[in-house]
Amino acid sequence: MLSSLLSTTPGSVAGEPCVQLQGLNHWYGNGSNRRQVIQGVDLSINPGEVVLLTGPSGCGKTTLLTLVGALRQVMDGSVRVFGLELNGSTRGERQQLRRSIGMIFQGHNLLRCLSAEQNVQMGADLLPDLGYRARRDLARQWLRAVGLEDHLGKLPHDLSGGQKQRVAIARALAAQPRLLLADEPTAALDSRTGREVVDLLKGLARNQDCAVLMVTHDPRILDIADRVVRMEDGQLMDSGHGERLWGADRLPDTGREAAEG
Amino acid sequence: MSGFWQRRRIPLAWLLLTRQPARLAVALAGIAFAGILMFMQLGFRDGLFDASVTVHKLFDADLVLMSPRTMSSIGMAGFPRRRLVQAMADADVVGTTPVHWNLLLWRNPETRRTRSILSIGFEPGDPLFTDPSLREKAHVLNQQGRVLFDERSRPEFGPIGSWFRQGRTVETEVAGKRVRVAGLVALGPSFGADGNMLTSSETLLRLMPNTPPGSIELGLIRLRNGSDPLVVAERLRQKLPDDVSIYTKKGFEEFEKNYWRSSTAIGFIFTLGAAMGFIVGCVIVYQILYSDVSDHLPEYATLMAMGYPLINLLGVVAREGLLLAVLGYVPAWFAGQGLYALVRSGTKLPVEMNTERSLLVFVLILAMCMGSAAMAMRKLADADPAEIF
Repeated sequence: MLSSLLSTTPGSVAGEPCVQLQGLNHWYGNGSNRRQVIQGVDLSINPGEVVLLTGPSGCGKTTLLTLVGALRQVMDGSVRVFGLELNGSTRGERQQLRRSIGMIFQGHNLLRCLSAEQNVQMGADLLPDLGYRARRDLARQWLRAVGLEDHLGKLPHDLSGGQKQRVAIARALAAQPRLLLADEPTAALDSRTGREVVDLLKGLARNQDCAVLMVTHDPRILDIADRVVRMEDGQLMDSGHGERLWGADRLPDTGREAAEG
Repeated sequence: MSGFWQRRRIPLAWLLLTRQPARLAVALAGIAFAGILMFMQLGFRDGLFDASVTVHKLFDADLVLMSPRTMSSIGMAGFPRRRLVQAMADADVVGTTPVHWNLLLWRNPETRRTRSILSIGFEPGDPLFTDPSLREKAHVLNQQGRVLFDERSRPEFGPIGSWFRQGRTVETEVAGKRVRVAGLVALGPSFGADGNMLTSSETLLRLMPNTPPGSIELGLIRLRNGSDPLVVAERLRQKLPDDVSIYTKKGFEEFEKNYWRSSTAIGFIFTLGAAMGFIVGCVIVYQILYSDVSDHLPEYATLMAMGYPLINLLGVVAREGLLLAVLGYVPAWFAGQGLYALVRSGTKLPVEMNTERSLLVFVLILAMCMGSAAMAMRKLADADPAEIF
């Protein structure tokens, strides 16, 4: 099921990083109120790579996600996503770029008036050259893939927190993104569902060359990462595998096995 | 068709509107109220203008002579009757009818109260109205003191119609003199006159003994088939002295309508009333759409983050405006129909729902909703996709 979904998505240009950050700085406020939240960040992410971004609250992780996701204007430095330089880009260019980027928000942000199926279809509706029925079928397949085939017609207020999050994930994936940005996607999920979701994301990365940049505090999912990047006070402190950054004793079994493997 | 079916999207505007049925109901009630207000005000305005020419439309005439001193049907001045004889000299004129037109006091035979009634006097043998049934009834006016009463007159004139149909002898006073109702006609009241009666010129002159002999208020002229009324009117203007004005029948109706339109504040008041309805509707729709956009701002921001262009989201708000316009118009139209019927039965005014007004009110409601939607769209600029993470 999942492989059939993934095989329909377009691939990336091999050998070229899909995300490149160089000397990135970002701040909020002006004058004496100015607070720098990103300081000289350099980072590259290759197609198919899963990068986890960790660090304490307020260290700039989410701001970094919004900059990579073309949701904010770049102030200083370079952000290149799929070859497009976002510093100086137009609103139209950023909006067009966002169609290639899937976003999973911590607060699922589902449209309250739409059913689970319709919410996911809003993602599929961004795909060109697909008829209505094909888009609807795609939405159903993604909901099936996240285990919500029995909840197609339910409105968000009839779903649990975890179910809502899975709908949001299905919505992001239905748009067949080439880069997935996720802000704590497993925070509201139990361990089994969280594992299924991250496996899904990992599969997407492997089969689709879809890069994944995920902010997380969840050590249970470190095993899916190709790289774990730690951020503090707006700077990238370190990068490597989960065990080294988190400490082997803090890793759960699945994470430790993967790190050792 | 299949292409359209394939391209169709989730009806987001409809789902956003219907998610809160109570709020939608309030919005539609507000729009319908504004629509009804516009229907009523424009209906009254048009009804006034139409009613002012209720009798004018019935005259069997191609041209009409009037005194230049005449301001309207409620202030008719006289002119010499011989101008009609002079007009007969024109080769295209085939017939004329001199008409007396005055407002006299009618006494309600039941309550004994008096009320002003439009009294039209003519020679019973002359054609007056295009309706042939009147010609058959007109012969009863040959007897002095007989009148034909307009049964569509307001009820304040008394139960004349029902009494007459019961076979009772209906007698009353007009201008203080006794008359007998010899038949009924159906003309209809106007803003200028709540009721009408027809009588012979002889009877009318008896009711108004101070009227100068040989003076009439209207001269109806019938032309040969195929004649151009405008050309004949121009010819008569050159031939006749300037103590008469010559109008085509259409011009005669317009003259009366123009009086009510320009010489009184009535047209302005009703148009202002319709404008008030429009403004009230704008405020209601704007409030509804603005709060709707505000409530859904995080959702719009999410859609922007997903890559939906702003123009798509503006389209959603515009479609909400369009839906509100259509859904609000339908009950307004039906309520307008009902209220027009109520006004017709209560006032006998010819207030009818016509295509022109239906379209006008729809366009106004559409403009109201789309204008409000355009203003509510400015709120969309507050949707910042960066804030949803």
